[in-house]
Amino acid sequence: MEWFGLFYYWVFAVLLMIGFYTVVAKKNLVKILLGLSLFQSAVFLFYISMGKIIDGTAPIFLADAPDQIYTTPLPQVLILTAIVVGISTTSLGLGIVVRIKEEYGTIEEDEIRKIDHS
Amino acid sequence: MTVLFGGFLLAMLVITALAMVQTRNLFVAVMLGGIFSLLIATVFFMLDAADVSLTEAAVGAGISTVLFLGALSLTSDHEHSKTTIRPLAIIIVIITMLLILMSTFDFPFIGDPQSLVQNHVGAEYLAKTPEFIDIPNVVTAVLGSYRGYDTLGEVFVVLTAGVGVLFLLGKAPPPGCYRNKPADTEGLSHYLIPRLVGRLVIPFLILFGLYVQFHGEYSPGGGFQAGALIAAANILYALLEGEKSALQVVPHKWLMGMIASGALLYGLVGVTGILLGGNFLDYSVLSEDPVKGQQLGLLIIELGVGITVTGVLLSIYHAFASRGKI
Repeated sequence: MEWFGLFYYWVFAVLLMIGFYTVVAKKNLVKILLGLSLFQSAVFLFYISMGKIIDGTAPIFLADAPDQIYTTPLPQVLILTAIVVGISTTSLGLGIVVRIKEEYGTIEEDEIRKIDHS
Repeated sequence: MTVLFGGFLLAMLVITALAMVQTRNLFVAVMLGGIFSLLIATVFFMLDAADVSLTEAAVGAGISTVLFLGALSLTSDHEHSKTTIRPLAIIIVIITMLLILMSTFDFPFIGDPQSLVQNHVGAEYLAKTPEFIDIPNVVTAVLGSYRGYDTLGEVFVVLTAGVGVLFLLGKAPPPGCYRNKPADTEGLSHYLIPRLVGRLVIPFLILFGLYVQFHGEYSPGGGFQAGALIAAANILYALLEGEKSALQVVPHKWLMGMIASGALLYGLVGVTGILLGGNFLDYSVLSEDPVKGQQLGLLIIELGVGITVTGVLLSIYHAFASRGKI
């Protein structure tokens, strides 16, 4: 079971890089935003998996189990707020994409660049 | 068995993410994004993060998907750049991945009780919450009280993002942009089954949102989740009955008021603390008994968070949905 102890981190690395690749290599602006939220989710997974403790349960005190071990709450708090902030910033990005579409008529990065240079 | 299920979920996550990047149809990519959020919410739940799981399910799978679809309806749902493989990008990505993978071997194993995360300030929060705040949900205690400053900052970030979207999409679109769009669709009101199911679900969704809001000290939940849930209920109503009727239920003016008043309520609790002789956001002075004061402060700031989040998410949705129609 030892190897499984690092498996979450490996998935984190792979997801992070899928998101990173989307952001740097794709040209569609909506796709880039999707990649960005993928990147974000990978970081969330990393934080939450760091917080897990063996035999622990969610950090909500149980009245009838004084010896219960609880998972540390701090990473959860950070990620909880980060998720809501993430959706706000993503929607700001989507707002910018919609405005770009209205002004340029396209959301492909290379076409926008062509219009800018002509 | 849990390990097996965890491995299965993680593998599904990677497959979904790859499919999301691969597909050229953006509609499919957004729907896969919703599935991805639901999967990762399950993973969070397995990692004992009930609050985070609830938030991710409501925000990631629900509202985020709707907002992306709203943006797609205003732009285009097909990625038409030719998919060129970019060798330089792939090389950089692979090198970075190898570096991260190499560094993971120095990390503590998942669940290691000796790791730094378990033994630093987090352990202290767990140990001292029963004495100082006396509520079962430590996540809410840390969110509202120990790290009240952070949360206030996050609320203002949400507020700023909401105001930003309203600025971006507040101006009328340039003429001729949305020529072939219907003037105002009536949502899905012609479809019997979604309408009936929606009418059944919406009251319970709002009730659940309120429960999550006011029971957040005792069970998973709090202002952020409740805000997302109540906004989701309203968005569902708007999808079923059309923009106009949704804006009659919660008018634009109210939304503006909600956005500002929630954040103000939070700030005011902090200032009240100063006026009563404590520090900014120190709730123990709010009542004779410091523990009661903490609980009162938490209840009020969570309400502020809930109001702002609902207002921001709803007004962002309306900004996208009514673009080019009104």
